Amino acid sequence: MRKVAIYGKGGIGKSTTTQNTVAGLVEMGKKVMVVGCDPKADSTRLLLGGLAQRSVLDTLREEGEDVELADIRSKGFCSSLCVESGGPEPGVGCAGRGIITSINMLEQLGAYDEDEKLDYVFYDVLGDVVCGGFAMPIREGKAEEIYIVCSGEMMAMYAANNICKGIQKYAETGVVRLGGLICNSRKVDNERQMIEKFAEKLGTQMIHFVPRENDVQRAEIQRKTVIEWNPKCAQADEYRTLARAIDQNKLFVKPKPLSIQELENLLMEYGLLGA
Amino acid sequence: MLDGTTAEIVERKALRINAAKTCQPIGAMYAALGIHGCMPHSHGSQGCCSYHRSHLTRHFKEPVMATTSSFTEGASVFGGLANLTQALRNIFSIYNPEIVAVHTTCLSEVIGDDIPTMIRKAKEEGSIPEGKMVIHANTPSFVGSHVYGFSNMVMGMVNYLSEKTGNTLNQINVIPGFVEPADMREIKRLAKEMGVKIVMFPDTSNVLDGPLTGQYKMYPEGGATMAQIKSAGDSIATIALGHFASHVPAATLEQKCNVPASFLELPIGVQATDRFVSALRGYAGVDIPASVELERGRLIDLMSDLHQYFHGKRVAISGDPDHVIALTRFLLELEMKPVYCITGSPGNQFEKRMHELLDPVVPNAKIKQCGDNFELHQWMKNEPVDLLISNTYGKYIARVENVPFVRFGFPILDRAAHRFYPTLGYMGAVNLINQMLNAFLDKKDRECAEEWFELVQ
Repeated sequence: MRKVAIYGKGGIGKSTTTQNTVAGLVEMGKKVMVVGCDPKADSTRLLLGGLAQRSVLDTLREEGEDVELADIRSKGFCSSLCVESGGPEPGVGCAGRGIITSINMLEQLGAYDEDEKLDYVFYDVLGDVVCGGFAMPIREGKAEEIYIVCSGEMMAMYAANNICKGIQKYAETGVVRLGGLICNSRKVDNERQMIEKFAEKLGTQMIHFVPRENDVQRAEIQRKTVIEWNPKCAQADEYRTLARAIDQNKLFVKPKPLSIQELENLLMEYGLLGA
Repeated sequence: MLDGTTAEIVERKALRINAAKTCQPIGAMYAALGIHGCMPHSHGSQGCCSYHRSHLTRHFKEPVMATTSSFTEGASVFGGLANLTQALRNIFSIYNPEIVAVHTTCLSEVIGDDIPTMIRKAKEEGSIPEGKMVIHANTPSFVGSHVYGFSNMVMGMVNYLSEKTGNTLNQINVIPGFVEPADMREIKRLAKEMGVKIVMFPDTSNVLDGPLTGQYKMYPEGGATMAQIKSAGDSIATIALGHFASHVPAATLEQKCNVPASFLELPIGVQATDRFVSALRGYAGVDIPASVELERGRLIDLMSDLHQYFHGKRVAISGDPDHVIALTRFLLELEMKPVYCITGSPGNQFEKRMHELLDPVVPNAKIKQCGDNFELHQWMKNEPVDLLISNTYGKYIARVENVPFVRFGFPILDRAAHRFYPTLGYMGAVNLINQMLNAFLDKKDRECAEEWFELVQ
């Protein structure tokens, strides 16, 4: 079983990219479980066709410790398995602790056991790694490979660099490695070249460049992944390519985060190219 | 047990060995017990509450009641609102206190529970009966120490309860600091002797040193009443004893109700008690009665009679900052030499004040805030002392170093009667002299050669 975590700046398209990529993997016949690690519990909406999921923490709160796997895990598109960690409403409690609690609970319930015969588990984690709880998926060997969703926008690259610092820290003591950057295009000037260069400097690769395409939005409105909504469209093939690239990926590294100055230089060099 | 302590001192930054402080909620819980009819409530997991209760019980040898929000995994994630609301409903319906004093714990602090909002919501939905009160204090143990927790809870009393009506009352507030019930009783006795009406809060006398009547009372007779604490806003002045325990609440009261505050050290020894007595005299406009002057005179007589036993004796002190400062001053009055003085509590005021006291007379004294008993022990190994004064934890050092030992401060877990003997006031000083002298002479009687073993000392 490969254990994958997807990180990236808030709003960059982690959940969308994760679910569309997972759709590509399940279409290939892989058995995949998606664990949404976001208190909003919206990481599996496209695979499930709506926000139908009871989150692990809501169930824990309502049923006490007596939770069964079936209560919190639902089948989505092509038999993908979907779990939402959930969490408190904004401004109260501790969402970070919630992620620790729910991942521990999934382990106790045997969601990762051999007999589940999973090929992949995907952790879709909210925004920045703001505290220890949000780092839970990369601690203690829970996720072994990380993909960072980013774009050519400055703040997305800052966030990606920051996440690399977190990975570097846990890579020193554990098995977690960076698998690559997924560029979710925002149509920034020289975006592909800039992210390729950025990835190279981090010691990794840009595993795929996902072009900006309105079909993604249309599929989302239908509460579907692109592959389910329109298997024949060009964007569906983009996600299939990304899924294949991840499936065949062999490049796993300890990232080398850039200094702020290096990052600024990179932006200057590519961002102003041809301007 | 401490045979392994070495004389060689290694610079340490993060590590504390044999800490000389404990959790904030212990202080908050103790302060809350000084309100009449109060149930202290610990907003966190059960273990915190159990430890704090048992620690207080072991010191006072009285059952200490407190309730808890009983956090589970769910409460840690979703916040403690539901737990606190349910707890308040249960507490008022089962234990029926007049007031509940909520203090936080590390867990509820880290997840950022908003206690004032929770109390307001509980009130709105009727979980707090009419006429009853709920107050709170933030007491994260990763900040400060038990002394800060005490101070924070007293500040909570001022914030929630004290009011200015504009009708000034002929009374003086006393915030006693984190001291024994016997000390609070002594403060009240002195004030009564002088004919000064005081409002003291908190007041744990008759709460944690009550009589055996054959009937259990969850809320004993003692404690400052809510009405008294409310009226503190109309008092002539506030006397705050001890910088660390009482400064903030007194300053808060000054700001909130415009009651002028006088900041004194704990009245341990002659000069500090003189200052306390003359502050009472000044505010109340009374003369010092002959009875108080007599008490003072008896103390002075005792000090001069026994001067030969105390003069020049080297002393190590570990304790809470207000206590160590005040005790140091008293030991200097006895012409003793406090050479090593530590407190586990943080706060620059400690070292600043201790240097003021000691630099002119004991220039080589070692003084440390955020210190620990291990380092104190190491200093003693390097250059021994004649006497160690600390809470119970010092007994391990005293045993291995064979040093006379006087238990003083909080906690004293292995003796019982300390709660009846004040260390504050002139009589408190007599008590301290008695204990120190006995410690010296017991050691001499135990160890001296036969020709020095005297019937009469």
